[in-house]
Amino acid sequence: MELSGAFDNILADLSGGASVLWLALIGILLIIWDAFKNDDAALPWVAALSVVAAVVLEALRLQDTTTTAFFDLMRVNGVASFVSIVILLSTLLSITLSVPYLKGIRHGYGEVYALILFATSGMLMLGTANSLVTVFVGLETMSIALYILTGLVRSDEGAVESALKYFLLGAFSTGFFLYGIALIYGATGTMYFTEMAGGYAARELPVLFWAGVALFLIGFLFKVSAVPFHMWTPDVYQGAPTTLTGYMSTASKAAAFAALILVLFYGIGTLPVAKWQMPLALVALVTVVLGNLLALTQNNVKRMLAYSSVAHAGYVLIALAAGTSEGYAGAIYYLLIYALMNVGAFGVMAFLEWDDKEGRVQMLDSLSGIGWRRPLLGVTMGVFMFSLTGFPPFGGFFGKIAVFAPAVEAGLTWLAIVGVLASALSGYYYLRVLYVFWMRPIESADRAVRERSFPVPRLSAAVLVTCAVLLIVIGFVPFVRDMTQAFFVGATPAGLL
Amino acid sequence: MEFPHLLSLVIFLPLIGAILTLFAPTDRSVRVFALVVTAFTFVLSILLWTEFDPSRAADLQFVSGDFPLISADIDVRYLVGIDGFSLLLVLLTTLLGPIVVLSSWSYIKAHVKGYYTLLLVLQSGMTGVFCAFDLLLFYIFFELTLIPMYFLIGIWGGERRIYAAVKFVIYTMVGSLLMLVGILYLGIEAGAAVNSGVFTTDYFKLLSFDVPLGMQTWLFVLFAFAFAIKVPMFPFHTWLPDAHVEAPTGGSVILAGVLLKMGTYGLVRFCLPFFPSASASHALLFAILAVIGIVYGALVSRAQPDAKKLVAYSSVSHLGFVVLGIFAFTLESLQGAMIQMINHGISTGALFLLVGMLYERRHTRLMADYGGIARTVPWLTFFMVLTALASAGLPGLNGFVGEFMILVGAFGSAAIGSPILVGLATTGVILAAVYLLWMLGRMFFGPVTHEANRGMPDLNRRELVVLVPMAALMIILGLMPQPFLRVSEPAAVRLLETIERKRALVEEGDLDGMRVLQQDGNVQAAPAPGGLIPNGDQDSNPIP
Repeated sequence: MELSGAFDNILADLSGGASVLWLALIGILLIIWDAFKNDDAALPWVAALSVVAAVVLEALRLQDTTTTAFFDLMRVNGVASFVSIVILLSTLLSITLSVPYLKGIRHGYGEVYALILFATSGMLMLGTANSLVTVFVGLETMSIALYILTGLVRSDEGAVESALKYFLLGAFSTGFFLYGIALIYGATGTMYFTEMAGGYAARELPVLFWAGVALFLIGFLFKVSAVPFHMWTPDVYQGAPTTLTGYMSTASKAAAFAALILVLFYGIGTLPVAKWQMPLALVALVTVVLGNLLALTQNNVKRMLAYSSVAHAGYVLIALAAGTSEGYAGAIYYLLIYALMNVGAFGVMAFLEWDDKEGRVQMLDSLSGIGWRRPLLGVTMGVFMFSLTGFPPFGGFFGKIAVFAPAVEAGLTWLAIVGVLASALSGYYYLRVLYVFWMRPIESADRAVRERSFPVPRLSAAVLVTCAVLLIVIGFVPFVRDMTQAFFVGATPAGLL
Repeated sequence: MEFPHLLSLVIFLPLIGAILTLFAPTDRSVRVFALVVTAFTFVLSILLWTEFDPSRAADLQFVSGDFPLISADIDVRYLVGIDGFSLLLVLLTTLLGPIVVLSSWSYIKAHVKGYYTLLLVLQSGMTGVFCAFDLLLFYIFFELTLIPMYFLIGIWGGERRIYAAVKFVIYTMVGSLLMLVGILYLGIEAGAAVNSGVFTTDYFKLLSFDVPLGMQTWLFVLFAFAFAIKVPMFPFHTWLPDAHVEAPTGGSVILAGVLLKMGTYGLVRFCLPFFPSASASHALLFAILAVIGIVYGALVSRAQPDAKKLVAYSSVSHLGFVVLGIFAFTLESLQGAMIQMINHGISTGALFLLVGMLYERRHTRLMADYGGIARTVPWLTFFMVLTALASAGLPGLNGFVGEFMILVGAFGSAAIGSPILVGLATTGVILAAVYLLWMLGRMFFGPVTHEANRGMPDLNRRELVVLVPMAALMIILGLMPQPFLRVSEPAAVRLLETIERKRALVEEGDLDGMRVLQQDGNVQAAPAPGGLIPNGDQDSNPIP
C-alpha cells in the first residue's frame, strides 16, 4: 500500500476512532494541567465532560451499520457504539461518584481522572476490536491504568497488596493471551477476527488453532474473572477504592466481554459450535455455582460483591455458550444492566465509609439498620440488590431472561436450570444486605458508620437515583432490547468487512 | 364498554398511590391516603362485578393493554383481562385492601409510611397476577409480590421475622425461578409450533399449542412445583407457619387471603390447560399430597398452643381441599375449589384479623393466656365464633359450600379414582371443627383465668367496620352462593372441555408417533366471541 494512500485512509477513519483518541488526548491534557495546578478541582469535571461528549458522539452512530476502520483493526458504529456507550456510561457514573468519595478519603488526586480516561480509552479499543493486535493493545492500556488505580491508597498495605496481586496475575494472564494470539496467527495466518474461520479452513492445523484459542480464552477468562481464573477478584475489589472498584467491575468487564463476543461472533463462533461450546458451557457452570457459593460465605460487603461479580460473569458466559446471535445480543444487553446495578451498589457502599481503610475492612454487620438513617442509600441499595438477584420488574430480571432464553433455545436447558438455581442461591446473600440495612435495629450499628460516614452530595444522589430508575424502567423500554437484537440477529458475520 | 382501561386502573391505582404516599407529611395522612386509595380501588372493582357478563364468563372481558412489553421481536405483551376464574379473586384482593389498611391503623406504629407504601405495591402485584393473560407478565406480577412481602415480614414482623422473611422469599424463589426456565422453554417451543418461530408467552397462543407428551411431564413438574410451594402443599409448606406467625396482622391477612391463592390459581389457569395429560396422570399424586396436607394440617393445628399458629396450619389443611378439588377434574369440584379459594380468603383472613385484635389488646397469642373472655369482649367473641364456624364448614356459612362441592366432585372423580382417599379427606372437615372449637373453648368460654383479661376493651368502631363486611360475606356466600358460582361456571366448563379435547389430541398424536401436532382450524382454544359453550347444567349446583 502506498504511504500517502495509507495516510489518507487514516485521516478518513479518524472520526471512527474519535472516542478512543479523544479520551486519550484529554487524559494527556489533564496530566499536563495537573502538573501546573496540582489536584485542581476542575479536573474531574473536565474528564466527565469529555466522556459526555464521547457518549453523545457514539449515540449518534448507534443506528448506523457496523463497519470497520483503520485497516479493519477496529469496529465502528452500531454494536461498537453500543459497547462504547456502556463503557462510557459506567465511566461517567463512576467519575461522578468518585469525586466526593476520593476527596473524602483524601486521595482526590488529579491524576486519577487522567488514569480513568486512559483506562477507558483502552477499554473502548478492546471492546471494539476486530484484530488480535487491537485486543492486546487495548487490554494492556486498560490494565496498566487499572493497576495504578487499584493501589491508589498507598498508605494502606492492603491496597498495595491488592495492586501487586492484580499486576502479577494480570501479567501472567497476558502471557497466556499473547501465546494464544501467536498460535492462532500461526494456525490461520491472520490477526483479523473476520478472516479467522477462512484461515483455519485453508491451513487445517486444528491442534495448533484450538490450543491457541484455549490460551486466548484463558486470558479473557482472567479478565472477566471466570472460575477457575477468578482468584484475584476478591482481593483486588476489596483493596481498591470503592467507587473505582465499581468502575473496574463494570467497565473493564464490559470491554473484555465485548471483545470476546466480537471474536466469537465474527471469528471463532462461525466454526461449528460443537467444537467450542462445551468448554465454555462448563466454565459458565462452575463460574455461576462457585461464584454464588463463595459469595454466600462473605461478611465483607466488597468481597461479597466481588464474588457476585464472578457469578454474573458466569451468567454472561451462559449466553455466550449458546453460540447464537440471540445469545450474543442477550450478553451485550446484560452488560448494560450489570453496569447500572454494580456501579450503583459500589456507589452506595462508598458513601457508608469514612476513611481510606474502611472500605477494605467494613463488615456487613456494622451497617445494621443503616437504611433508616440513610434512606436514599437504603432504598437505592434495595433496587440494586433485588435487580442483582434477578427480581422483576427490575433490569436484572430482563437481563437474566436475555441470557437464559438463548441457552434454552440452544439446547443448554441444563445450564439454564443450574443458572436459575444459582440465582436462587444468590437471593440469600443479596437479601441479607437488605435485612441488615433495614431489619436490624439501628442501635446495633457501628457508631462510626452512623455518625462519620460521608454525606451524599446532590450530584452523587442523582447518579444513584438515575441508576435505580433506569433499572426499573429499562425492562419496559423495548427499544434497548430491540437494538441489541438487531446488532446480531440477521447480521451475517462472515465476510462482513 | 364504558370504561376503556378500567382493569388497568384497578391494577395500577394502588401503585400510583404508593408513589404518592411517599410525599404524605404525617403518619395520619399516610393512613388516610392509603385508605382512600384502596377504598376507591375497591369501588372501581365493583364496576367490574356489575359490568361483568356472566353468560360470557369463559371469555376474556375488560381487556386492556395489548402492547409489546420487552421487545418488538418477541411476543411478550402487556395484556390484562378477567374471566370467570379471575373476577372473584380480583374482588377479594381489592376488598381486603381497605380492610388491611384499617386493621393496621393502630397496630403499626413504627415506620408507618414504609408500611403503607409496601402494602399498596403489594396490592398492585396481587391484582395483576389474577388479570395477566401473558405468562411472563403473570410471572412479573407473581414475583413483584415477593418484594413488599419480604419487607413487611422482615421489618414489622415478630421476633423471628428475619428468619421467616428470608425463608419465605428463598422458598418461593426457587420454585418460581425453575418455572421461569419452564416458561422460556414453553415459549420457545410454542413459538416454533404456533407462532411462526417467534418466542411467545401469549396465553391464548400457548393454549392453542398442544404440548407433546414427553415435554408435558417435565414442564408440568416445573410449573406445578412453583405453584405447590406457593399454595403451599405438603411437603413444601414449612415456610408458611413461620411467615404467617411472624408477619404483622395485615401481612398475615394478605398472605392467607390472597397470596396463597396465587398458587392454586396458577394451577387452574396454567398447569391444567397447558399440560392436561401430565396433570391428569399426576392427579392421584396431587390428591394424595392434598389429603396428607388436609389431615396433617388439621392435626398439627390441634397441637398448637399459639392461636396464630393454629390458624396458620389450618390454611395448609384448607388449601389441601382446594388442590384436591382442582385435580379431581370434575365440574363440581373445580367450582368448589374456586369458591373455596374465596371462602378461605374471607374466613381465614377474618381469623387472622381477630387474633391480631386480641394480640393488640394483650400482646400475647398463646391460648393459655386467654380464657373466658366471652364475658369481657362479647362482640369480638361473636365474630370469632361466627368465623370459626364458617372456617370449620358449618352448613349455612361459606366454608361448607366449597368443601362440600369439592368432596362430592372428588368422590366420583375418575381422575383420582379412589373414594377411600376422598373419604380420608372428609375427616379434615371433622378435625377442623375439633381444633377450631377447641380454640374457642379454651380462649373464650369457661371462667376468666387471667385478671388481665377482665379489663380488655371490646371492639371499637374501626374494628367493627373491618369485621362486618367479612361476616356479611360469610353469611351471603353461605346462604346464596349461586351468583358467585354462576360467574366461574362457564370458565370451569370451558376449562374441562379444553383439557378433555387436548388430552385426546395429544395422546392420540403420541400414539401415532408424532412430535408436534399440526393445528387444525377447529381448535377453539382462544375464546370464541359470544360464548359458544352453553352454560352447563344447573343441576351441578348442590346447594338448593
